Amino acid sequence: MTVLAVRGLSVSVGDTELVKDVSLEIGAGERVGLIGESGSGKSLTASAVMGLLPEELDVSGSVELDGRQLLGMPERELSRLRGRAMSMVFQEPMTALNPSMQVGKQVAEVMRLHRTNQDPRAAAVDLLDRVRLPDPRRAAKAYPHQLSGGQRQRVMLAMALANNPSLLICDEPTTALDVTVQAQILDLILANTQGSALLFITHDLAVVATVCERVLVMYDGQIVESGLVLDVFTAPQHRYTQQLLASSDLESTDENGRLKTVSHD
Amino acid sequence: MILALMRRTGIFVVSVAAASVAVFLFMAVLPGDPAQVALGINATPELVARTRAEFGTDRPLATQYFDWIGGVLTGDFGRSYVTRDLIGPQLADRLGVTLWLVGAAMVIALLIAVPLGSFAAVRHRKLSGTVISGVSQLGVAVPAFLAGILLVQVFAVQWRLLPSGGWTPPDQDFGEFLRGLILPALALGLVQGAVLTRYVRSAVLDTLREDYLRTARAKGLRPGQALVRHGLRNAAVPVVTVLGLQLTTLLIGAVVVERVFVLPGLGSMLLDSVAARDLLTVQGIVLVLVIAALLVNFLVDLLYTAIDPRLRRS
Ligand SMILES: Nc1ncnc2c1ncn2[C@@H]1O[C@H](COP(=O)(O)OP(=O)(O)OP(=O)(O)O)[C@@H](O)[C@H]1O
Ligand SMILES: [Mg+2]
Repeated sequence: MTVLAVRGLSVSVGDTELVKDVSLEIGAGERVGLIGESGSGKSLTASAVMGLLPEELDVSGSVELDGRQLLGMPERELSRLRGRAMSMVFQEPMTALNPSMQVGKQVAEVMRLHRTNQDPRAAAVDLLDRVRLPDPRRAAKAYPHQLSGGQRQRVMLAMALANNPSLLICDEPTTALDVTVQAQILDLILANTQGSALLFITHDLAVVATVCERVLVMYDGQIVESGLVLDVFTAPQHRYTQQLLASSDLESTDENGRLKTVSHD
Repeated sequence: MILALMRRTGIFVVSVAAASVAVFLFMAVLPGDPAQVALGINATPELVARTRAEFGTDRPLATQYFDWIGGVLTGDFGRSYVTRDLIGPQLADRLGVTLWLVGAAMVIALLIAVPLGSFAAVRHRKLSGTVISGVSQLGVAVPAFLAGILLVQVFAVQWRLLPSGGWTPPDQDFGEFLRGLILPALALGLVQGAVLTRYVRSAVLDTLREDYLRTARAKGLRPGQALVRHGLRNAAVPVVTVLGLQLTTLLIGAVVVERVFVLPGLGSMLLDSVAARDLLTVQGIVLVLVIAALLVNFLVDLLYTAIDPRLRRS
């Protein structure tokens, strides 16, 4: 069952096209990676799906979530889907949380807003526990500046998972974190998104190999290559993908034919 | 938290003490002997000497200072050199009037600036946002006394809706008190509101670009909701700074507006006592004004910590 269907998506500022004719589909329970160099348009694509592009950017094409067209949908209706049917974990954990609000409240808010839980405060503590925040009851009362980067990203994840969205977008959720924390967060994402469609943005090939079944390669605003992770990584077609693979230390596959990845046990 | 509070209070007390010394010394080094000034140039040297002893200005400066400040601590600001009346009670009366004026003006300024500034920020790409910015820009250029004269012309002289000046104490006739307060408070508050609108706009604009506001939208909050629930509190920090500075400006503006509207406030008392060379009274008023300014600073500091949890620990 297709959860997200993007067709001919373009994002432009004035006459410059930043994202060009992007199409992709993600089914329920499917995990798709979106890779590409810095500035290739990955975050813009994600923001366009969420309907959260900066005002100065124009968007065209089609974005369907569970069969409903999101582009052109009135803000009021769209905001009922955000945080509930689709949610997003952002690139920058240090600034993505409100500095003057306790994190428990921030997590509870997303459930209170969509009326998905009778007791949002208690549910927030449970969620913080689910994302393995030590002493969740106390953590709920903490302000973001009292948490580490990894802990904040767990809070973001708790927020994104709170309403069991059918689509979860993760925009480089681990780039700012150190390798061990990175692996733990990836595990959490994998463990908690079983039935959801996952769009995972990164420029870390090892992460894609760990998390995703399919991968899309973006270059200069376009999708230049796509397919199963194994196919793309073993027989890259596009020059950029080839370079990307060559410059990473991912050439070797292990005995199962899987790409070697960051170990996370 | 408690420690930080005590430290700030300590700083406040020390600055007040330093300010009192500064005010005292400044008045002391001003040329002109109070006794001579009070008696005029034709007074005999004996009379001057006697008056000096009566005022206590023949004693060493340190003694005079401690005598004065000791009195001030108990609310006794001494007796006017000119009228020989007690300064303290009059000062309290006048301060009351000025506080009503400045307080009302501040409320008006905030009521204008917070909604308009936020609106202008949210709609900064639209015509309505630009219009608000433009109008507030214009408002900034209008001095308070001009606004006052215009308001009097329209509401008092032409439409005869409100009194053009004068003061009714609130405990005497509250309705009349309010009617008398509206125009001067508007004269003072409108201009400050225009200034503040620009700061609110830029603070909100900055906040709108913050990542956590995007997070709020991603949760499903509509743009207005996201701003109110997550943005305004954070935008308040720079606005409070400006507000503190503005309160000081308002005190100065009050001097002028009290003149225009014939209000018996601290400002008109200051102008009157300067004109009468009533030095001890001037000294008392200046001290009260300086303490008011320091108090505002102190409160702004406390407000910061209330608003921003990141400031609470150090
Ligand atoms: N508001 C904007 N106005 C104009 N150009 C923009 C705007 N936002 C992004 N861009 C441009 O669009 C391009 C794609 O940006 P995007 O943020 O999607 O890159 P990215 O692939 O996510 O990069 P990174 O890996 O560094 O996060 C960049 O060249 C960027 O400069
Ligand atoms: Mg990005």
